[in-house]
Amino acid sequence: MHACDRLLLTGDEAVAQAALDGGVALGAGYPGTPSTEILEHFDTLGGRAQWAPNEKVALEVAIGAAFAGARALATMKHVGLNVAADPFFTAAYTGVTGGLVIVSADDPGMASSQNEQDNRRYAVAAGVPMLEPSDSQECYELTLAGLEISERWRIPVLLRLTTRVCHSKTVVRRRRVERPTSAPRFERDVQGRVMVPAFARPAHRRLREKLAGIEAWNEPSDLNPIREGGDALGIVTSGVSYVHACEAAPDARILKLTMTHPLPIGRIRAFAQSVKRCVVIEEGDPYLADAIRAAGIGVESAPSMYRFGELDVNRVRRILAGDITPEPVPPRGKPPSLCKACPHHGVFKVLSKLGCITAGDIGCYTLGVLPPYEAMDTCVCMGAALGVGLGLRHVLPEAEARRVVSVIGDSTFVHSGITGLVEMAYNPPPTGHVVLILDNATTAMTGLQEHPGTGRKLDHTPTARLAFEDLARAIGIANFHVVDPATEDARLEELLVEALGRDELTLIVARRPCVLAAGKIKQYERAASTPTGPAACEDGNNESGGQE
Amino acid sequence: MSDPAAMDVEVVTNVVFAGLGGQGVLKASDILADVAFASGLDVKKSELHGMSQRGGSVTSDVRFGHEVFSPMVPVGEAHYLVVLAESEVDTSRHYLRPDGVLIAPEWIDAQRLTNPRSHNVALLGALSLALPFTTDTWYAALEANLPERLHAVNREAFDIGRSDVR
Ligand SMILES: Cc1ncc(C[n+]2csc(CCOP(=O)(O)OP(=O)(O)O)c2C)c(N)n1
Ligand code: SF4
Repeated sequence: MHACDRLLLTGDEAVAQAALDGGVALGAGYPGTPSTEILEHFDTLGGRAQWAPNEKVALEVAIGAAFAGARALATMKHVGLNVAADPFFTAAYTGVTGGLVIVSADDPGMASSQNEQDNRRYAVAAGVPMLEPSDSQECYELTLAGLEISERWRIPVLLRLTTRVCHSKTVVRRRRVERPTSAPRFERDVQGRVMVPAFARPAHRRLREKLAGIEAWNEPSDLNPIREGGDALGIVTSGVSYVHACEAAPDARILKLTMTHPLPIGRIRAFAQSVKRCVVIEEGDPYLADAIRAAGIGVESAPSMYRFGELDVNRVRRILAGDITPEPVPPRGKPPSLCKACPHHGVFKVLSKLGCITAGDIGCYTLGVLPPYEAMDTCVCMGAALGVGLGLRHVLPEAEARRVVSVIGDSTFVHSGITGLVEMAYNPPPTGHVVLILDNATTAMTGLQEHPGTGRKLDHTPTARLAFEDLARAIGIANFHVVDPATEDARLEELLVEALGRDELTLIVARRPCVLAAGKIKQYERAASTPTGPAACEDGNNESGGQE
Repeated sequence: MSDPAAMDVEVVTNVVFAGLGGQGVLKASDILADVAFASGLDVKKSELHGMSQRGGSVTSDVRFGHEVFSPMVPVGEAHYLVVLAESEVDTSRHYLRPDGVLIAPEWIDAQRLTNPRSHNVALLGALSLALPFTTDTWYAALEANLPERLHAVNREAFDIGRSDVR
């Protein structure tokens, strides 16, 4: 490796590059915009990257690797950390041996998400250190710093990214990295890793001691630099807001916080005292402003209207000017729609025709909510189609209950629909229920990733395939059908009408590959049957794959 | 168009690309970002592609110069706006500075393109006349960003863009 390698990378790619340079032995995650490309790039670079069925499993796999002394990376979008919250909180207690960096890619402005939750709160709630890069160079540096901090204090580190940081390309210089030399090995530590109450109580105390140590270390560290400027205006900021602030207020003195938990409160206090006016500029929740004020430091912060959506240079200018007049509304662009030959069309045509009450889910197929179908009635979080559909069935009057259908994509079903299917068999509604899995043989929404139902791994090589029919049988679902939504819509309609009329449980799999994936799948299958291994798929003049 | 020699690298140049999913907005911006990068400048490229593949609006920003801060072109500060779809002119015009240049889809005579999908690259050819980069740097970036079977057709489209400008 050349120490002066100059690259133009997205933030996601820079995290992957750092993982490779830092000797990460295993990267695990579940796709989700804007985090997906991290593991894809790590794989391209030759790292060991795996999709897990969901974020909870991904994080658990990464924790196991870190327990064994290896460096590990877990990646997910912000809502993925909700799914992984259970291991996340207790891994803070157990700590780790090898460095463990957990990436949470937040989506302020909801470019492609169902909410804009601010995961900085998770770092505080779980008690783990948090690093926030503002560009790709910092993605690179802070992934490496995260691994080092994690090993030094034996604690998982949260690397909190945002959409702009993940998807912007900026210049990165690689550097020579010291990698740990010890090979993974099992070291028994029952008191440290078996979180029964007797061991968890002291573990909680240890966690607070570690955090106090990290806080003291963070105060004078060079992680939180000051950009010199006049003393008329001081800005405290972090993440991508830092670069907006540099541009919006070129004469300001700026404290850029890179480790935003635990906060270097002493440094912030001294900074605030060094300027005449001190403003906190942050995207999303008033996380920094609340913590700084709680420490008794007087600072200004953005009016509440700026809590919604992303910041940019113009919005930072407005905040600094105290402008609370309504913001200009940009012209509305064209909304996305299902691809012309998308197999999901056939399903929504039938659901719309039959006037079903559709408990929907997240994926390309959520676009079934738009005209001409308007055939989706709920969409909460991944997997909710099952539970929400059952809840509706349980309490609605019979005539309405009989119209309820749960509709879920194949990747989403594997992610968090399986337990819903178990619930359906365990607590069946009196009118029965009908579940439709839209099996397009890929995770289309996030750009065509594999999942356990496709029978291929992240790098598209073959592995065991989860068969939905076997699962349905094992769970005890009475009726199981497979239809092709593109060529058999009449049969799909017949099956649905019949199933809705019965008091039984029915699972229908609408199976046909996504049109964007079909060609690639053929290539992967061909590659699997030739000994040279998988061929890379080429894109043309445009980009393929979607986002969510 | 402005004189390329007049370009001052101390000042950040802002280019916004706009179009619909599948038209190659992101590819075009990647190519420009590579060209500026290979020329030794600081570069930032940012995009909003909510659900781009499914035909929705897509924009992508490229900024280059001596030192670039925000990766996003502020509204009203684009020097060049390159639009790939007629329908997106009105939805993206607000990015342009009052004296900014709109490079509109109809600048390229589609009839002259061997492959209509290389419209994005033809528009880059038109843009290239205004920027201080060598054609060799452009050709190298085209090749780095496109599969080999498309190299010839895109070089041709780029040259048409360079010559076809009104
Ligand atoms: C907890 C969580 N993780 C990840 C995502 C991102 N995401 C949204 S839908 C989806 C899967 C879509 O695949 P599938 O269900 O197969 O439907 P398709 O898009 O292929 O129609 C993913 C990964 C999310 N919204 N929530
Ligand atoms: S990407 Fe695939 S699943 Fe998504 S709308 Fe297009 S064809 Fe349908």
